[in-house]
Amino acid sequence: MTSKSDRREFLRKSSKFLLLSGAASVAYASVAEGQPEKAPNYRMHDHWWGMVIDIDLCIGCGNCVRADKAENGVPLGPKYFRTWVERYHIPPGDLQHPEKEELPVVDSENGGFDGFKEKYKKGDGSKNFFVPKLCNQCSHSPCTQVCPVGATFESPDGVVLVDREYCLGCRYCIHACPYGCRYLHPETETADKCSLCYHRIVRGLTTACCEACPTGARRLVDLKDPNDPVHEFLKMHKVHVLKPQMATGAKVYYNALDGSVR
Amino acid sequence: MSSRFKDQEHLIRMGVLLLAGIIVFFVLRGVMVPRDFGEYGHYRGGALEDNRARPAVYAGRKACEECHEEVVAARKGGRHAAVGCEACHGPLAKHASDPAAAKPGRPDAKTICLVCHLENVARPAKFPQVNPLDHGEGKACSDCHKPHQPKIS
Repeated sequence: MTSKSDRREFLRKSSKFLLLSGAASVAYASVAEGQPEKAPNYRMHDHWWGMVIDIDLCIGCGNCVRADKAENGVPLGPKYFRTWVERYHIPPGDLQHPEKEELPVVDSENGGFDGFKEKYKKGDGSKNFFVPKLCNQCSHSPCTQVCPVGATFESPDGVVLVDREYCLGCRYCIHACPYGCRYLHPETETADKCSLCYHRIVRGLTTACCEACPTGARRLVDLKDPNDPVHEFLKMHKVHVLKPQMATGAKVYYNALDGSVR
Repeated sequence: MSSRFKDQEHLIRMGVLLLAGIIVFFVLRGVMVPRDFGEYGHYRGGALEDNRARPAVYAGRKACEECHEEVVAARKGGRHAAVGCEACHGPLAKHASDPAAAKPGRPDAKTICLVCHLENVARPAKFPQVNPLDHGEGKACSDCHKPHQPKIS
């Protein structure tokens, strides 16, 4: 009788000790690394991550593309991007038809990694602007639905992630993404995509692209945080998501998005 | 005792095989599917931790401002006050964790400013842009504009 209750007590105590010391050691490690010690207290169900992109502020400098490649070890070269910038050019005669499918002239040399060389003339009456793109962190994502092994998924805090150990490299998700946000990592041979810098946001940091964006054109937002300025922003601006007709539940909101953007 | 079915033995054999198959399936499943699969959904719960484990390369503005108070003061109220430190100085998490280990280089003022401020029709018209061919006489931008407080007073 007594021995049984002793055993239970022992298990309870030791599990408590293990749990607490585990959290404390994680906290200590993140302090030693010079990171905010938010990670051990991070509760997934208190967050719902997304991003707000203000096209009127994007200057096409490519800082986000370079920052992302540095932060996440994305291979250099024009085929591999977790985020990239596109330049849209709409000739003067076509301004009245933003709905025509073949119209916008889009270019994105090396994804904007090296910036954009001047290609169009000032004052020729055309419309030109930059559109940064990244994974839309869909809440009904087509890419996770097609994965045959459960290697990609929507996390409880609203980020679409890839399990590199589980991924077979079948490329099905790459085809399924309507935004073209995925690629096959040439070294690991697994699907890779924007993780919204998951390793940073759980530590209370913003994403690398937001950190490097000089104009504040992109901002990480927590839609579950009532104090996040995103709620005011969404109320005061006319925002849109990419390809709403695909019903993906995208969480990357664009301000001043032109109808010609695909 | 007569058997109820003519081929009873065959049926028993088949049933045993089926049962063995089911047992083998569940044993293999127990061995091969990780424990944390299905913890939150149809995926491995540990994958969340795997994604978190990556070290940060960009330290974040807060880390810079902890030590470099004089730069915070110099930037205050200026046009560049909202620009993140690492937007120009590059990723410096290594420097933030051990200032002696990785020293940041000084950005080249002849090229770094033009990454953002070079004239381009696709840039928002309100954004300050220059053509270096007819502005500045080939001097480095920082000769006149202080990067932390670019407005010439």
